[in-house]
Amino acid sequence: MIGKIISGNHLQRSQIKLAWVFLAPSLIALVVLGFYPLIRTFFLSFTDSTRGSVEAGNFIGLKNYLELFSKNEYWSSVFNTLLFTIGSVGLEFFLGLGFALLANSKFRARGYARAAMLIPWALPTVVAARMWGWMFNDVFGVINDLLVLKLGILSKPVAWTAQPVWAMISVILVDVWKTTPFVALILLAGLQQIPEELYEASQVDGANSFQKFFLITLPLLKPAIVVALIFRTLDAIRVFDVIWILTAGRFGTESIGTYNYRNLIDFSRLGFGSAISVTIFFIIAIFVVMYVKAIRIQDE
Amino acid sequence: MKKKFPVLLVGTGILLLTFFYGCGSSTPNGKNSVGLTFLGDPLGKLVEINQSMADEFEKKTGIKVKIEKGSENSTERLAQIQNFLSAKTSEIDIYQIDVIWPGMIGEHMIDLHEKIDEKVFFPAIIKNNTFQEKLIAAPFFADAGLLYYRADLLAKYGFTNPPDTWDELETMAKKIMEGERKDGNSSFWGYVFQGAAYEGLMCNALEWQTSEEIEGIFASQTSLNLTGDGSILAADRAASWVSIISPPGVTTYKEEESRNVWQSGNAAFMRNWPYAYTLGQNEGSLIKGKFDIARIPAGKARYAATLGGWQLGISQYSKHQKEAIEFVKFLTSTGAQKRRAIEGGYIPVSPEVYDDEEVIKARPYFRLLREIFTQVVSRPSVVIGKKYNEVSAAYYSQIHQTLSGQETASAAMSTAENRIKEIISR
Repeated sequence: MIGKIISGNHLQRSQIKLAWVFLAPSLIALVVLGFYPLIRTFFLSFTDSTRGSVEAGNFIGLKNYLELFSKNEYWSSVFNTLLFTIGSVGLEFFLGLGFALLANSKFRARGYARAAMLIPWALPTVVAARMWGWMFNDVFGVINDLLVLKLGILSKPVAWTAQPVWAMISVILVDVWKTTPFVALILLAGLQQIPEELYEASQVDGANSFQKFFLITLPLLKPAIVVALIFRTLDAIRVFDVIWILTAGRFGTESIGTYNYRNLIDFSRLGFGSAISVTIFFIIAIFVVMYVKAIRIQDE
Repeated sequence: MKKKFPVLLVGTGILLLTFFYGCGSSTPNGKNSVGLTFLGDPLGKLVEINQSMADEFEKKTGIKVKIEKGSENSTERLAQIQNFLSAKTSEIDIYQIDVIWPGMIGEHMIDLHEKIDEKVFFPAIIKNNTFQEKLIAAPFFADAGLLYYRADLLAKYGFTNPPDTWDELETMAKKIMEGERKDGNSSFWGYVFQGAAYEGLMCNALEWQTSEEIEGIFASQTSLNLTGDGSILAADRAASWVSIISPPGVTTYKEEESRNVWQSGNAAFMRNWPYAYTLGQNEGSLIKGKFDIARIPAGKARYAATLGGWQLGISQYSKHQKEAIEFVKFLTSTGAQKRRAIEGGYIPVSPEVYDDEEVIKARPYFRLLREIFTQVVSRPSVVIGKKYNEVSAAYYSQIHQTLSGQETASAAMSTAENRIKEIISR
């Protein structure tokens, strides 16, 4: 009896050791590629380092943060980022859900439809944004051509990406076009997890389509929904490429990402740019905590 | 298994090759021969010409030059170079640097003053490359802003010469645009330029304001002259073009957007760099043979075309500076300039190359450029120094505010001047 326990402990101990051995490579990778840059960024944010300078940066305390928080440009970039996040993730979720339901229902050529749905997602964002940029053009863009000449809805062409409200709408639309397939894909996987019997049973009980959707589909889809929303929100907060290509951050579309790039890369302000990065880190952290809480509530 | 073997072999071979390629720069061949490394363009005809000239140089001198390919995007290339330089690497001896970098990376470059023959180059470019009294780079090839005009339409509406002043440009653009729209082309515009908020707008606005401001703008760190009458007038005038003679979307146009409007035959005038000339004359271009180039119109003060182009600088961390100077001399010689001009259309940096009949025969439009390089204006890289990009962004953002009608010219220009002073003093 005692011998068994000891050998059990021994076995456990050696298994734990083995587990550490197996985990070591990914832990090392995490520390080198994840923690080191993070800590270095924190450190740099308290210095006045610049890229390509002979002198090393000096420690200047919170000066970068004070400068940052006193700038309207920064706060408006935070606001724009949140606006973009809410607009794009919201639309992507509803459209993605619609597409997922559609792709989950049985119809002919469903395989082709599912494949076609993925094309926007498969394109690199830069390519997609460039393509839409040409399409939005006020002189030779196909969208103006369609609305003015072909359909006659507008009397004269509109410079979509060159005026405050429309620029943000254009940016959101391109992102929605590009990433809805991703949301749809995750939700589709979730839908396929729902057992068919539940629908059959509810059919017997006489439930209508609405009841089936709200009482069976939606509750059981929740885990997939949370995953999709987490991924999309975190991506949206870091948005850079769509905006950089379509509007270069002008006309009320400057995001924290583009604002950071400008300072860190264009202006070589390593210290100040790192301070912006740190604030992005915290904004993302807030969202992560919120979502993790949401998952926990759901588990209980 | 047997079938997989060749695949494995080829795979390993490729891996090994990449490995050796990556390490190549650190192992100069042989003990006695010196190896130089040159970080240049990654793409285009230039790579080919550089390689063949490096081979020629090796045959002549026994010095081997390895050509490394820098990032294609110039912002990224600058970041790449800044990383090399702050690490004080001796791996790269010669850098191909943009016309706006002398102030930003000049402190790392050796002084070429009296090491190369400055007199053979356009003085404006030498001045552009002189940072804190050091000539930090030799001119490699140049670029300058040009006015493109539709010669056929000018004739159709009774104009004999391209516009000489901004006012003439406006008048002609309006008349041609009205006429063409009456004839049924509803998407025809008078003038396209680069109005997006980026470095290209700095180039355009510098031309507008320098041509009107008698004292010049960005004359020194203390006299920016952005709020002078000429500067304000120029910014106001540019803003008045938007939606009148220029498309409303011009505030998002970079070089290629304006060239697309132009080359699809939808504009009477365009401001662009020389590259658009060859493309416009290509087979299949809608405006082939219908256009010509002229200098950018003048204001009250002068003619002003923004200088662009590339230079060759030698790193002070190079262990073979003497050899590097020889190679830079070789690459910037008039013979080399001539070859680049004929084979690739790269614009010469020495006046005498423009007298060469072969060059003019191969590139007839160069004839006008020689004169333009005596009237070019430099972006204030050496005036501002390391913070040039930041200053440039503060400037073009405010010009952009004016263009897009969100701010009056006088308000935007005083904001720009204050911000720039703040940046410089920080």
